[in-house]
Formats: sequence, structure tokens, C-alpha cells
Amino acid sequence: MKKSRDVYILFSTLILFFLVNIFYLSMGWLDFWGKGLGIVTGAAFTLAMYSFLYKDNPVFKIAENLFVGVAMGYWIIITWFNILKPDVFETILVPIFKETGTPPQFTILIPTLLGMFMLLRFSKKLAWMSRWSFAFIVGLGSGITIPNFIHAFILKQLTFDSLIAPSIPVSINNFLVLLGVVSVLIYFFFSVEHKGVVGGISIIGVWFLMIAFGASFGYTVMARMSLLIGRIQFLIRDWLGLIQ
Amino acid sequence: MNFLKRTIPLIIAFVMGVTMALQYYVPHEVSQSLLKVVSRWGITIGGFAVFLGAYSLFHLHLTKIKRKLPGWGYSTFVFLGAGITIVFGLYNGGEFFWQDKQEGTMFEWIYFNVQVPAGATMFSILAFFMASAAYRTFRARTNEATILLIAAIIVMLGRVPIGTMISQYLPIAADWIMSVPNMAAKRGILIGVSIGAIATSLKIIFGIERAYLGGGD
Repeated sequence: MKKSRDVYILFSTLILFFLVNIFYLSMGWLDFWGKGLGIVTGAAFTLAMYSFLYKDNPVFKIAENLFVGVAMGYWIIITWFNILKPDVFETILVPIFKETGTPPQFTILIPTLLGMFMLLRFSKKLAWMSRWSFAFIVGLGSGITIPNFIHAFILKQLTFDSLIAPSIPVSINNFLVLLGVVSVLIYFFFSVEHKGVVGGISIIGVWFLMIAFGASFGYTVMARMSLLIGRIQFLIRDWLGLIQ
Repeated sequence: MNFLKRTIPLIIAFVMGVTMALQYYVPHEVSQSLLKVVSRWGITIGGFAVFLGAYSLFHLHLTKIKRKLPGWGYSTFVFLGAGITIVFGLYNGGEFFWQDKQEGTMFEWIYFNVQVPAGATMFSILAFFMASAAYRTFRARTNEATILLIAAIIVMLGRVPIGTMISQYLPIAADWIMSVPNMAAKRGILIGVSIGAIATSLKIIFGIERAYLGGGD
């Protein structure tokens, strides 16, 4: 009984969507060969995704799987045009087979081979060769991380504005920032038992952390809300034309 | 063989790690160009990693289809979406993939009319789930939970017109929370995270942390 109701809702929604588009196209409110087809496609994907709010359904699953496939295809093509074509194809292969005025850069063979070794991860016999590629990437990342993190995320974060500022509110804010950083660091310092003065300061650290988590949550919710507003605007303005 | 399988990767990680860490302190143009070239090499190697991801995704869905697992029919749409996008991407508006990327192609059409709306909608759905999760989680049972709740409400109301209608001080309070207590706590977290990242980097460079080598011999 419940399943037949879901099927009924699904087909009714699909027929309604189809009829709305036919009506808009026949009235000339949507230019099919211009932007119209894109708007209808976008509206279809938007509604298909939102249908999950009712419950998991075949239309959502189709849209979800198509989205995953399109995203994968997009990244493959973008990787080709942004990385592999300029760095590998045009620096080695093209100069070898065509007169371009620039000699082939054979040093690029090193990352190319390491990149190809990475793909050997799926071979049972040669999977160990992919370790060379991962070692290169991980070593490179680690080496870059150490000085950059020390400079940007430790030393820079430990510089505070003066507590004696031109105005009292600024001084209070500067003091609160100093107190917040110190108390949060003490809260995360587990080598000393959190009792007495250390316990008191770590409680202040917890308060600062709670404010930060609440602020981050609120900020994230509002970011999602703005996306939601954007999608609703797309449906009622771009697709249905109900608002200008 | 063990030398090739285990020792060489450790040497590569050590040499790369030490070289890149030291080059930061060498203010010479050779050092700067080394960073530029090697970083670009890293991006090139990372480019090949996309094919690892593609293989993993396609293998997963192909297995579902082959074994006729529940919902296997939906997996065909992954191949349909990827296939159409890749074909139009390689076709490149008639110029083909060996030429520069063209503007206004079907590949871009798919991006703007399928990927962008579907992706934005997917993320906007999270607004509903976050709201319902917040309703269940944010009950002011303790002092800490109350502080978190108040901070979240002020930041949310301070960012919308209704907040200003309630009180003109709400946006100011929201800005203050973001720029003073929030920033202070984030700094503390950032310092802790950075110390952890540096410690892990040192462990990788000196071969103590070897998880990236994977299992096996």
C-alpha cells in the first residue's frame, strides 16, 4: 500500500515536471535551444536531489549516480587539460614528433614515470613500485610542511597585538585573544594534571572552544542556507520565472 | 629485492623531505626554482592519481553490475555520466583533446547544467540535516552546551536581515564572536594541529612513520 503510494507520487511528480516544461516551452517562456535546455536540466537535477528530503527514491539514486559519473569524467578531462597536457604531452611528446622550436624537456620523465608507477598499485607483482611515487609525494609534502607550518601557523599565530591599545575595548579584545590562545593550549596540554590553576585555565579554554564550535556551526549552517536560497532562486526565477 | 621495495622509498622520502625543508632557508634563486620545479613535479604525479581514483570508482560499480548486487542498475548511470562527459571533453568542441581547451563546448554545458546544480543542491540538503541534528544535539543541558548554543544562535541571526530587525547589535555581536573568541580558539587549535603535523612530517622523513608504504613486503 505504502509502496504503491510512493510510485504514484513519483510518477505524478515526473508527469507534472514534464507538463510544466512543455507548457513553458510551448509558450516561449523557455528558449529550448538557447539556455532553456540547460535550465530544464539544472531544474531536473535540483528537484531530483531534493526528492531525497521525502525519502530515498529511484530518481534521486539515478541523479546521484549520474552526478558521481559526471564529476569523475570532469576531473579526468580537467586533469588532462591542466596538468598532463601542458606538463607531459607538450613538453616531451610534441617536441619529439613535431618541430616546435623548443627541445624536449627530458627531466619531466621523472614525475611521468613516478606517476605511471603509481598506477601499478593495482598490479599484484609490481605494486611495490608505487611506493616510490608515494614516497616522493609524502617526502615532498613533509619537507614543505615543516618550515611553512613553523612560520605561518606557529610563529605568526604567537604574535599578539599590544595589550596597551589606544582604546579600552581594543585592549580588552587583545587581552581576550591572548587569554583564549593560552587557555586553549593549556586545555590541550595533557602532560600536566588539570587541577588547581591549570584546571581553572583549561575550563576557560573549554569556554573559548565552545564559542568557536558554536560560531563555526552557525557559520556553516548559514553557508548551506545561502546555497539553499541559491537553488530556490534558480527554481522560481530562472526556471519558472515567477520572480525577476 | 627488499632494498628496492622498502629501502629506496624511505631514501626518497628522506632526501625529498630534508631537501625541501632546507631549501626554505636558502634565499637563492636556485633554491626558489628547485621549489617551483619539484612542486610542479608533485602536481604532475598527483595528476596520475586521478586515474587511480577513476579505476577505484569504476571497478566498484563494475563489480556491482557483474554480481547483480542490490541497486546494480543505478551503477550503470555512473558509467553513462562519466562516458558522456569524457567523450565530450576529448571531443573538445571539434578541436579534439590535443588542442587547447575550447570555450562554450558541450563539456562545459554538462559542467554548468549538471555538475554545478547537482553539487550545489547536494550541499544545500545538508542545511536540513544540520538543522535536525542541531535540534537533537543542542539542548542546553550543561554550561558548555549553553555557551555553544548561544554562540551559534548569535552568529546565525547576525548574518541575516531578521537579526538586524531583532536588534541592531546582533550583527556586531556576531562579528565580535568571529573575530575575538572564535579567532583565539582557532589559533590555539591551529598551533596544536601544526605541532602535530610537524611531528608527523619528521617521523615520515626519518622513516619512523611508514603507513604510506602500504601493507605487504
